[in-house]
Amino acid sequence: MRNVFGRSLQTTIIFLIVGGILVLAFGGYLGTASSGLGGSLVGVQTWFATRFAAVQDFLAAPRDIVALRQRNTELEQEVSRLQGQLIELQQKVDETEILAALVDFTRANPERSYKGAAVVGRDPSPFLHYVIINRGSNDGILRGMPVVTNQGLIGRVDAVIADASRVQLITDPAAAINVRLQNADTDAVLVGSVTGDLSLEMISQEITVEAGDVVLTSGLGGGYPPDLIVGQVLNVRKRDFELFQQASIHPSVDFARLEIVLIITNFRPVDIEPLTPLNTP
Amino acid sequence: MFRNLIAFPLLALVVIVQSAVISQMTLLAGYADLMLVVLAAWALKADAPSAWVWAIVGGIMVSFVSGLPWPVAMTGYLFVVLLAQLFKQRVWQAPLLAMFSVIFLGTLSMDILTLLVLNLLGTPLPLGDSLGLIVLPRVLLNLLFSIPVYAVVRDMAQWASPVKEVE
Repeated sequence: MRNVFGRSLQTTIIFLIVGGILVLAFGGYLGTASSGLGGSLVGVQTWFATRFAAVQDFLAAPRDIVALRQRNTELEQEVSRLQGQLIELQQKVDETEILAALVDFTRANPERSYKGAAVVGRDPSPFLHYVIINRGSNDGILRGMPVVTNQGLIGRVDAVIADASRVQLITDPAAAINVRLQNADTDAVLVGSVTGDLSLEMISQEITVEAGDVVLTSGLGGGYPPDLIVGQVLNVRKRDFELFQQASIHPSVDFARLEIVLIITNFRPVDIEPLTPLNTP
Repeated sequence: MFRNLIAFPLLALVVIVQSAVISQMTLLAGYADLMLVVLAAWALKADAPSAWVWAIVGGIMVSFVSGLPWPVAMTGYLFVVLLAQLFKQRVWQAPLLAMFSVIFLGTLSMDILTLLVLNLLGTPLPLGDSLGLIVLPRVLLNLLFSIPVYAVVRDMAQWASPVKEVE
């Protein structure tokens, strides 16, 4: 009987203690103690967890490093392959853009026949402005045929072998082309220079030339077909004591970046030299 | 002797590299003359007869590609070999110095010859612009190229004409 009473008292005390703690907890009186205890427990758990993870890593690491290295090598190879593919595709995109522009140009000028060619080299001598293209007599290329891009005139074929040709650019110091100024409606002579700059000569002093005027081939002399774009007037030099004006020309073609060109194959240059009098009085 | 036949593929390769690569590497308006540098190095290291043959082969190959009149390239390269033969006898103890001297004088003489001939043929080339924008940069670039080219050609000359040991 005494034992039963003792147990009931014990149970009652335990309930009272637990209930008291709960009341204190709900009342907010145990916040500091519980947070301190919780923090300690979390700290201990974190310590165990990190140590366990370290041990686990240590035990599993060698296998993973080998696998990771292998995977890394595979991925690096994949990246290299994709980078190469990207460069190749970028080159193809550039080439396609050029070709599309050239196709547009040929469609806009259907009266002429064209043969496409790639620029494969330049003259070994810097005194001359020539390029080598990969089309020759096997493709029907003849000496004197004009060479253009969609941007304008670049020159004419100077020498031909079976599978290649040499093209004299309009920037060559020896090049002289009869042109006309579209706005001023007057003829002039376009000459190249050793630096690759273009200038117009033989412009009459009475003509008004302005910056931005478009320069086209005139077709005079029979060396080039008419109305091929050459460039625009950059600035004009006019001196009263000179017979003619001069003008600097900004070429329509970027001669430093020639890649693909078109040869006009249905144009035959006219040799007017036999018609020129030998001894002019 | 048969090893000298390497001149044909090697000089053809030099012309291709010159036309496709070197001519794009400009300084002002000038670029290096790889053929001149190779011929000068060969003339300094190899025996004289093969150097003359190489100059003729190189001159023909460059004339084939270039718009220059063929006598210009031929004469220019032969003169470079002549210079190399002269310097080889006089400054044989300092081959790199001889190389620099040959490149300097050879480039100048070749370019001045080119200027003269082109002007005579009616191509207007102002002397001041040509010297400042082409000739001097070309001299500098040729001198820069001469060091690696000399090292390569020296090894090739030893392979083509190995020195026989006296027993």
